[in-house]
Amino acid sequence: MSSVEVLQSAIVIDGIAKTFRRGNTETRALERIDLTVHDGEFVAIVGPSGCGKSTLMRLIAGLTSATAGSIKLHGTRVVHPQTALGIVFQSPVLLEWRNVLANVLLQLELRGRDPAPHRERALALLATVGLADFADRYPRELSGGMRQRAAIVRALIHDPPLLLMDEPFGALDALTREQMRVDLEALWLETKKTVVFITHSIDEAVLLADRVVVMSARPGRIERILEIGLARPRGLDARKSSRFVEATDLITSIFLARGILHGTRH
Amino acid sequence: MSDVAPVGTVADARESALGAWFRKRGGAIVAFIALFVAWELAVRVTGIKEYLLPPPSRVYTEFMKRFDPVMASAWVTTREIVAGYLLAIVVSVPLALWIAYSRFMENAVYPVIVFLQIIPKIAVAPLFIIWFGFGFAPKLLVVFLLSFFPIIVSSIAGFKSVDPDIMDFARTTGASQWKMFAMIRLPQALPQIFTGLKVGAALAATAAVVAEFVASDKGLGYLLLQYNGNLDTPMVFATIILLSLIGLAVYYTVELIERFTIPWHVSQRLTAEETLA
Ligand SMILES: Nc1ncnc2c1ncn2[C@@H]1O[C@H](COP(=O)(O)OP(=O)(O)OP(=O)(O)O)[C@@H](O)[C@H]1O
Ligand SMILES: [Mg+2]
Repeated sequence: MSSVEVLQSAIVIDGIAKTFRRGNTETRALERIDLTVHDGEFVAIVGPSGCGKSTLMRLIAGLTSATAGSIKLHGTRVVHPQTALGIVFQSPVLLEWRNVLANVLLQLELRGRDPAPHRERALALLATVGLADFADRYPRELSGGMRQRAAIVRALIHDPPLLLMDEPFGALDALTREQMRVDLEALWLETKKTVVFITHSIDEAVLLADRVVVMSARPGRIERILEIGLARPRGLDARKSSRFVEATDLITSIFLARGILHGTRH
Repeated sequence: MSDVAPVGTVADARESALGAWFRKRGGAIVAFIALFVAWELAVRVTGIKEYLLPPPSRVYTEFMKRFDPVMASAWVTTREIVAGYLLAIVVSVPLALWIAYSRFMENAVYPVIVFLQIIPKIAVAPLFIIWFGFGFAPKLLVVFLLSFFPIIVSSIAGFKSVDPDIMDFARTTGASQWKMFAMIRLPQALPQIFTGLKVGAALAATAAVVAEFVASDKGLGYLLLQYNGNLDTPMVFATIILLSLIGLAVYYTVELIERFTIPWHVSQRLTAEETLA
């Protein structure tokens, strides 16, 4: 897809490093990350736990500052929290005193927009993630997976051009997860948002992304960037394709070589 | 529950609400009645001296005889409790807010508060008499002092205990500090603030009585000492029961306000209790 269109860069990450300091202990979370995400591109990031994926997402959103390097969103340097995006964290973080619908509409209320005209759309989005009957329920009445789905709808309701998702399907069961993946692809094909999708699942990364960024363990670095090039929509069948097997095998072998995965001992 | 009652009427709905209330509280009410009956019987059967343990019936008749002066004293004490308690709320909640959001205040003022909390506040009461005399002010201050600490400590904890991810989410909406406070930080702090308010309410009544013990010429604490000195045990009991009722009224007022302010939290707590039961 890079051949014909002239792609604008949605995100340009240039030599980003992040070191956490607490007293005398330093944690080098990220070391020299360079990455460009094009407008409308779907990029997945896979890497072992603690390699700095969440930190990278927070840096892109301007929620934390880098130790070195710079990030630009559509040509503007990120210094403050960014608002032209939807964000899903690892945990759903809903407000327990608001029902599901009100939690979704919180996005608009905090932005100072009247939530009333968005009710219909919110309900429709909730229906697509299987929460049609739960709009008036409170978070404590929902399962972990349902809460996370509500949080995903909250990140979409204001129709942002950029979606940052940190292991959004982590709390879901395998079946719902597969369905959410297919639905997310459909939504993305429809809206062509730029998506940065963090996951632990190699399969999920390959099945969803245009490019998969493979990260290595602490301090986090980019190990490899893979063009996936599977035809869309990938739906449920893509798992059978040889390209899927090839890509997942390659990522697995990278993790094996780096000692992040261990094969069976002989 | 009843199998003969007609269905679908408003009166019926009210009756079942009452029924539900009684099913929940009925046990406690029956237990209280049983306690008083057992007390009455025990005193009559054993013939124990009245100045040691008067029967409840005697406590009641003695109290009714002196109803007006006792209630006047109760009013004095109630005013001290309510005024000191409200003052504690008005001072400690905003101060908690300031300490929770200002690094300087947290470093400078919070350690002082923690230290002051260790002081046995009641021991300070005589000092207040020296400073402020025998009137209303020293009682108000003792009540204030005792209810102040639980309220401020739990309010600070409440304001600080917000999930960092939810605040990060809010920051990506560009919401103002004020909006984030009103829509997220304050509501999520309320359950802990109310916990402090209830502890403070329970301490307020104790504080008022102790302050009146130290130096006073009116109020239930003063009366209690008088009756005690005269070995008027029925009236000692009457005063203690009256004091408990005042404390209970303050406590349940706070709980009622809590119910209306944070129904989401209260119902959650009730479900948790039901699950345990
Ligand atoms: N606020 C912080 N203070 C100190 N260290 C931190 C902080 N946040 C993250 N770290 C450290 O930075 C490293 C990367 O953390 P990060 O949360 O980005 O990992 P991750 O790749 O998202 O892991 P996971 O897949 O388990 O979510 C970890 O070693 C972590 O201990
Ligand atoms: Mg993470």
